[in-house]
Formats: sequence, C-alpha cells, structure tokens
Amino acid sequence: MAHAHAQSHSVKRYTGLMDWLTTVDHKKIGILYLIAGGLFFGIGGIEAILIRLQLIKPMNDLVSAQVFNELITMHGTTMIFLGVMPVIFAVMNAVIPLQIGARDVAFPFLNSLGFWTFLFGGILLNLSWIMGGAPDAGWTSYTPLSTTDYSSTHGVDFYTIGLQIAGLGTLIGGINFLATIITMRAPGMSFMRMPMFTWTAFITSAMILFAFPAVTVGLVLLSFDRLLGANFFDVAAGGSPVLWQHIFWIFGHPEVYILILPAFGIISEVIPTFSRKRLFGYSSMVFATILIAFLGFMVWAHHMFTTGLGPVANALFSIATMLIAVPTGIKIFNWLFTMWGGQIRFTSANLFAIGFVPTFVMGGVTGVMLASAPADFQYHDTYFVVAHFHYVIVGGLVFGLFAGLHYWWPKMFGRVLNETLGKWTFWLFAIGFHLTFFVQHFLGLLGMQRRIVSYLPNQNFDELNFISTIGAILMGIGVLAFLANVVATSRKPVGAPNDPWEDGRTLEWSIPSPPPEYNFKQIPLVRGIDAYWKEKMAGNKEMTPSEPVGPIHMPSPSILPFVMSLGLFIAGLGFMFSTEDFSNSFMSLIFNKYIVLIVGLLITFAAMIARSLYDDHGYHIEVEELEGEGKA
Amino acid sequence: MMKRWQAVKRLLPLMAMFALVLSGCGREDLSVLRPQGPVAQGQLDLIKLSISIMTVVMVVVFGIAAYVLVKFRRKKGQDEIPEQVEGNHKLEIIWTAIPLLLVLVLAVPTIQKVFAYGENDWNNPEAVKVEVTSHQFWWEFNYPDYGVRTAQELVIPVGKKIAFQLKTNDVLHSFWVPSLGGKMDTNTEGSVNYMTLVADKADTYIGKCAELCGPSHGFMEFRVKAVDDAAFDKWVAAFKEPAVLPADAALAEKFKTNCLSCHAVGDQGGAMGPNLTGIGSRETIASILLNDISGKPGTKPTKDNLVEWLMEPQAVKPGNTMPNPKDLGFSDEEIVQIADYLANYKLDN
Repeated sequence: MAHAHAQSHSVKRYTGLMDWLTTVDHKKIGILYLIAGGLFFGIGGIEAILIRLQLIKPMNDLVSAQVFNELITMHGTTMIFLGVMPVIFAVMNAVIPLQIGARDVAFPFLNSLGFWTFLFGGILLNLSWIMGGAPDAGWTSYTPLSTTDYSSTHGVDFYTIGLQIAGLGTLIGGINFLATIITMRAPGMSFMRMPMFTWTAFITSAMILFAFPAVTVGLVLLSFDRLLGANFFDVAAGGSPVLWQHIFWIFGHPEVYILILPAFGIISEVIPTFSRKRLFGYSSMVFATILIAFLGFMVWAHHMFTTGLGPVANALFSIATMLIAVPTGIKIFNWLFTMWGGQIRFTSANLFAIGFVPTFVMGGVTGVMLASAPADFQYHDTYFVVAHFHYVIVGGLVFGLFAGLHYWWPKMFGRVLNETLGKWTFWLFAIGFHLTFFVQHFLGLLGMQRRIVSYLPNQNFDELNFISTIGAILMGIGVLAFLANVVATSRKPVGAPNDPWEDGRTLEWSIPSPPPEYNFKQIPLVRGIDAYWKEKMAGNKEMTPSEPVGPIHMPSPSILPFVMSLGLFIAGLGFMFSTEDFSNSFMSLIFNKYIVLIVGLLITFAAMIARSLYDDHGYHIEVEELEGEGKA
Repeated sequence: MMKRWQAVKRLLPLMAMFALVLSGCGREDLSVLRPQGPVAQGQLDLIKLSISIMTVVMVVVFGIAAYVLVKFRRKKGQDEIPEQVEGNHKLEIIWTAIPLLLVLVLAVPTIQKVFAYGENDWNNPEAVKVEVTSHQFWWEFNYPDYGVRTAQELVIPVGKKIAFQLKTNDVLHSFWVPSLGGKMDTNTEGSVNYMTLVADKADTYIGKCAELCGPSHGFMEFRVKAVDDAAFDKWVAAFKEPAVLPADAALAEKFKTNCLSCHAVGDQGGAMGPNLTGIGSRETIASILLNDISGKPGTKPTKDNLVEWLMEPQAVKPGNTMPNPKDLGFSDEEIVQIADYLANYKLDN
C-alpha cells in the first residue's frame, strides 16, 4: 500500500496501548469514555449496594457511621460526575459527528484532553478510599460540615480537587461539542434538520458552558477555605454557609438537566426507529428542550426551600419549578404519539426507551409535588426525595443510556448485542428499580430522613427498607447481565451491517459499522429531516454525496493530552498535601515546599508549550487508500 | 374496550397502595400522613391535592402508553411504511395548555400556604417562644420567657402557638417533627430561621434531624411532649427547683467537677452539653436508647440505658464530643452509681 504523503514529516501510527493513549479519534475516545465511565459506574453501584445492605434491617452494623457517610458521599459524587456523565459523553462522542455528517469533532486534540482530565480527576477522587478517608460531607458538601473543623481527613480535599480536574474535562468536552455542532454540520443540515439527539447534546453542552464555571468557582473557594485558610464560608469571619448552597445549586440544578436532556435525545432517536415513524412534533421537541434548559437555570433555590430564604423567594422558585412540567409534558406526549400509528418493535433498546416513559413520568410528577414549597417542608431531606431523584436519574437517565447503548452498540463496535440477554437486562433492572425506589416514597412520608446510617425498629421502616434492598440487588444482577452481554458479544466477529435495525433514520446508519476512521468517504448532502430515511424512501441505497472523493485530512495522534492531565493529577496531589504534617522528612520537603505541586504544573505547562511550538499539520488519507477501504 | 380495562387493571395495585397509605399509615407520632397539628394538616392537604392531580396525569399517560403499545405493535408480515406524521398543532396546544392549568391549580394553594407558614410569630405575645439550638448531635431548647433551658425533650402546651427560633452551634442541622409540621434548617448566626408549630392533642411526638450533620446524623432525634397548660406550668416550676445532686458526698463532688463543667442540673453546671435536669423522666437516653417509660417495643430500663451510654458514648453515638467517663477517671462502679442517680432524677409533673 504505497502512497504519497503530502506532508513533509511522516505520521506516527501507534498500536496497542499506545494507540489508545494517543488517540484523537472521536470514536475511540467515545469507547474510552465508555470503559472509564462503566468502571466508575460499577464502583458507584457497589457503593449503592453496600448502602442498601447496611439499611436492610434496623440498627444494622455492617459499616460504621463514618464509612456510611463516605459511602453516600462517594456514591452520589461518583454516579453524577464519574458514572453517568462520561457514559453520556461516550454516546455523544460516538454518535454526534456521525449524526451531523462530520469526520470528527471540531477539536480532536481537546477531545482527548477532556477525556484524560476526566479520568485523572476521577482516579484522584477514588484514591481517597486508600489514602486516609473518602469525602464524608455528602455529594453536596454543605459547609460547615465540609470544612476542616468538622471533616478533618483529606476526604473533602479529594472531592474539591478531583472534581475540579474532572470538571475541566467536562467543560472542554462541552465547548468542543458546541463548536462541532455549530460549525461542522454536513451541507443541507440546518439546525431544524438536526437529529434530536444532536439537539439535546447541543443544549446540554450549552448548559455545561454556563453551569460548570459556577461549580468551578465553588470548588476553588472551598479548597481555599480548607487548604489556605480562607474564610468564604466561615461565619465568624464574615462568610456564609448559605453562599455555598447557592453556588452549589446554581450549578447543581442545571446539572440535573445536563444529565437528563441527552437521555431525552436518545429516547427521541430510539422510539422513532423502532416505531418506523418520524418523531412527532419535532419543532415542539426542540422548543421544549430549549425551554427546559432555560428554566433549569431559574430553579436552583427549590433545593433550598427549608434553608429559610423567606416566602417570596420560596413562592417564586415554586412556580418556576412547576413550569418545567409543561415542556416535559410536551415531550412525553410527543413520544407517545410518535408510537401512535407506528409499527412498534420490542427490541432491548426499545424496551428501555419504552420503560423510560412511565418511570420518567413518575419521577416528573413527584418533581412537581416537591416544587410546592410548603409540602416540600415535609418531603425535603427524606426518602421521598431520594425516591424522586432516583426515578429521574436512574429511571430516566440510566434507562436512556441503556437504550442508547443497545441501540448504538453495533455502530460503535460492529456487533449487535444479544437480544435475549438484553431483554433479561431490561426486566431484571426495571423490576429491581421499581422495587428499590417506589417504596422509598412511602418511607419518606412515614418519617424516614435521608442519609441516615441506621434507624430504630418499629417505626414502620423495616419492611419497606428490606424490599428496597432486595430491589437494589436485583438491579445489580441486571447490570451483570448487561456485562455478560458485552463479554459474550465481544467474542463474536465484527459483522453488523450499516443499518442493523433496518429502520435507521439518521446519517450514522448510512456508513459502515463500525465506521472507518474518517467516517464519511464523501460528506453527504442532507435533503431533509431524517436524512438517511429520506434517501431510503426515495429508493437510494446511499446518501447523495456533497463532494467528490478527495484526500481526507486527519489529525495526528498525540500523547500530550495524557501528559497534561497527568501533570494536573500530580499537581492536585501536591496541593492537597501541602499542609500535611508528614513524619517522613523527605515527604515533608517535597510536599510542604510545594515541590510536588510545582513539578506537576511544570509537566502540564511543558506539554502545553510543546503543543504550541511544534506545528503538527496532521496527515492525509489519499484517494487510492480510500478506494482500497471503505467497504461495508 | 377490553384493552382499556387492561390498562386499569395494571394501575389497580398502584391505586390501592396510594389509597391504603393515604388513609393513614405510619405511626401517629411520626408519620407525615397522620398530622397532629394544623401546620402538618395543611401540608398534608397540599400533598393530597398534588398526589391527586399527579395520579390523574399518570393514569392518562399510562393509559395512552398501554393503548399504543398494545395496538401498534408490529405484526408478522407487516411491511408497509406507516404514514410519517409531522405533528399536530391542535394536539400539541392541548397538551401544553392542560399541564399549565394543572400547575395553576396547584400553584394557588401553594402560594397561599407559603405565605401562611412564612409568618413569624416570634413577637406574638400569644405564642410560647422556644430557642432551638442544634449541636452535634443533640438538641437544646431554651424558653426565654420561662428561664428554662432543657435538652432532647421539648415540652409544649397543647393548642398554643409555639414560636421557634432555630440556629446551630456547629454544622447545619434541620429541625423536623413530621406529625406536627415540616422541617426548617438550623443555620449559623446571621441566617437564623423562625417557624411556628401547634400540637392539637397531648402526646409525645418524634422529632428528627433532617440535614446531614456528621457520623451520628441518623441518631440525632428528639421528643416533643405536648401537655395541657397546667402540666406545662407544673413542669416549668419543677424544672426550676434547685438541683438534686448524688446523695453520696464523694460521688457528688466527682460529678460536680467532671460532669457539671459541661452539663447542668437544676441551677448548677454549664451549658456546653445537654441539660440533665430530670433526665430520669425522659423517654430516651442519647435520643436512640429507648427508656421503658415510653412503652415502645425494644425499650430498656432507664438506668441500663444510662449505663450503656456512659460506659462507651462513642459506641452509641459515633463522633459525639462527650469525653468517655472512664477517661475522666470514673470506675465502672461509679458509672453505675451515676446512672442510678440520673435514672432516679425525675421531674415530678
């Protein structure tokens, strides 16, 4: 395969582990996100099972009170930031460029950097388990509980610095997707022709852009309070703990919609495909998505009804929160009417999508109930709230992600997941889920507050907690069934057709599974909504190309993103232990004199300088090579 | 028609469960669903209203979903392409307008109640004032008008407005008596909260801390004893009687130097720890060891509970700030004697 290079330098092509460490290909980065996210999801799941086992009977002593608080903190933090978020990014990475007819994301190097910062941040956070105490102040880390006065281990430092580094990756990813979707859509794909999943990814990215700076600021303030003796949240010095709550929830509430909107997008892809119908009310779906994002920023104080903001604030935030029911309702009915008159196929992916609808409705209606501030005085910080947000995040988002993974698995890996195991996954997970969380609504109303390590017998909590724990174990078995499916499927040869579901509607189904590294040999011409379906209905086998076949420019792989993130990781550890009293004089020297911190930062900056000074124009895949490959 | 019945059948267990629970499950002294005062009653009314509206919404959505899933499943050999419907403006307007109306129905009483429960009775001469101060992991109750500062058991007159001022001594906690009314956070100085509760009948209610506050967050309960006016006055008078100290002079001296540096009995001692006046007549020790006087299952004699607590406070309430009596130089025998003294320190009311 001799071919001419337009470049003056030759391109390094790595294999094996080095290939994965240096890749800038959005499809491979998607897989990396999936593996890392899956790993953290597993850790968060084990934490959840331990929490439920501790609560299986009254006055149980499986774990100590301190460890229990670490478990709940790490379960929440891990699941939100390191579990579901990366899996969302995995799906977005794997699918968005394909759906809009692009050859990669706008900034492939940054995409890789985003992944590695996330991974190193996540590893740093989880190192806390083996380095002297995990964070224990709840995933919300309310001050003063999270200050050094009341949380004396380094746990909360791992939280602030780990999340800071991981959050950097999320912000980079969000900006990258915004740029990608704005600038790299195929000719003819106007905004109102974009697939719904791309739309939700777009809005989610915009929300990340506005919400993450808030948490960044909060985490900086908290780590300054803890490590440098600042007084942002110290009342005696003029600070305010309520300030933390505002900063946290100004980020925290949009975060909930950052999580759920992509799930809405996935459902809006899966249901039409398996109903053989176009999405009902596309433009109202777009409008509803934007409205939800907008309102998502207006309602943070509904997490603070019992903080004592006063009746005026409580009334305003009550009403604003209730209003979110309206665009959400529009979405639910649009999905139902997408199926109306269609030909519904009950594949595993569609089972999860269909299962999503009632579960999410239940999470939604309890959300409206919680929005009523005077009633929330009773629900707040009880198991009713625990039930509500698990209905939304697990019953909504995790169902959505399972639907998306089953749906796009063949596109990502070229192999269709086993349908029988997929259905087992669904039924075990769905039944376990309702068993776990439905009863928790009642636990809350009967007077069980959340985050308690144990409870006295005979308060009517015993049976419901037992049921809940059994459900959690069932959910765990459901996840194992999915893993078994993945393992079993990976042993099969790659052989999925372009359009394994036969009714694919969007551009990703018009190219091979898995796609070649350049995705599209020729960028397609988009002639309407559901571009591929439109061509199929017109009797075409392929998309009409918008350009002649020509050499394709590709970015070079690079180890620099990995090195930059590693530097941040080292600097984070250096900062965290800069005030630690070590018994070892060498350790004292390198940490207390900021040597580790400086070395870490130097590594990162050196990699940045290398990136800036060394011009890498990438390489081209020539026409002869394209003609040789690119077969389905 | 048959299919519609199937949908109803699927929903029946759910509806039955709702009905069962809302008709009054749970303990009278603990459950949100069995309110014992006007505030909790008003909040339950709101809960019932919202549950009703939401149940209707769920029935409609689940009904449509069930119909669609049964009616429009793909049949064998069905190959024609279904009509690609773009949308329907009329339908979309309907399902935008109806939720708006439903939200409005819920919004009106919500706003009414937000302002009703937002009223501050602290300066209301009719109300009994109580300053609540939360600590890791116990509750301090100060009655400024009566000169009484007690702990763990709040005694209130039935039928009277009780005006609470809520603040914390350390981390944030949340004050919650489910059967009397919703919770309110105890914040630090500078954002002190106020709330009003009323108990309709004489009983003892369970209060809880609802905000994560450290290892023993789950063990930070308290009791609210609602009593009639005469009993309340009698309790106040009894509380203000001079301190009773252990009969044994040596033990009394040891108790004074070691325990009363933080705790108070009667007119003696400090205010760092819970006030111990009349601890023998309280329903619990350390809020989770139930004394036999509460009559609930799983109770033990007060003295046994006190011994358990004093032998190893960290085992009962991890993370609490009480020093272990043994580290203060108390022998096992002395601990039993102290427990005996405290168990018999009762308020005659």
